[in-house]
Amino acid sequence: MSTGPGLESLVDQTISVITNDGRNIVVFLKGFDQATNIILDESHERVYSTKEGVQQLVLGLYIIRGDNISVVGELDEELDSALDLSNLRAHPLKPVIH
Amino acid sequence: MLFFSYFKDLVGREVTVELKNDLAIRGTLHSVDQYLNIKLENTRVVDQDKYPHMLSVRNCFIRGSVVRYVPLPPEEVDIELLHDATRREARGG
Repeated sequence: MSTGPGLESLVDQTISVITNDGRNIVVFLKGFDQATNIILDESHERVYSTKEGVQQLVLGLYIIRGDNISVVGELDEELDSALDLSNLRAHPLKPVIH
Repeated sequence: MLFFSYFKDLVGREVTVELKNDLAIRGTLHSVDQYLNIKLENTRVVDQDKYPHMLSVRNCFIRGSVVRYVPLPPEEVDIELLHDATRREARGG
C-alpha cells in the first residue's frame, strides 16, 4: 500500500522523462528506487526550439537523481513514430520553480 | 495521510494536474502513493500546441514534489467534510 504506483510497470520500456530544468529525455528505463532515482539506458535528449526542428542528442547510460525528475511518461511507440520531429517547433519547457 | 486517503478516493476520476513548470496534464487518476506521486492514464497535455513535448505519452507518473495544483470541480468536493478532517488532523498531529 505504501509503495502505491511504483515505476515497475515502466521498467524495460521506452519512456519520456521531463526533468526539473525543463529537459525532455527519451530513454529505456532500466531501474528505479523509492526516491525515484532512475537508471536510464540508450537515452537521448530532445531539444525543442521555436527556430528549428527537434534536435536529438545521444546521451547513453545515465542515472538521474529523483530530486530532479518531474514526469516519467510511457512513450507510445506508434504515436511517437507518427510525429514529425523535424517540423516540430515549440518553446522549451520551463524549469520547475518550487 | 489525509490527502493520500483523499486522493485514493478520487481514483478513477478524470483530473487535471498543474505542475510547477506550468505544464497542465489531464488524465484519469490511476493511483497515488504516500508521497502524493500521481499516476495518470489516458493523458493529454492541456495546451498541446504550446507543449507538444508529451504528444506520444499516454500514461505517466508525476512526482508529487512538482505538483502545484489538482483543480477539482466544486460539485464533486464535500468541503465541510474536508474542513472537518483537516481540523481534526491539525489538532491530532
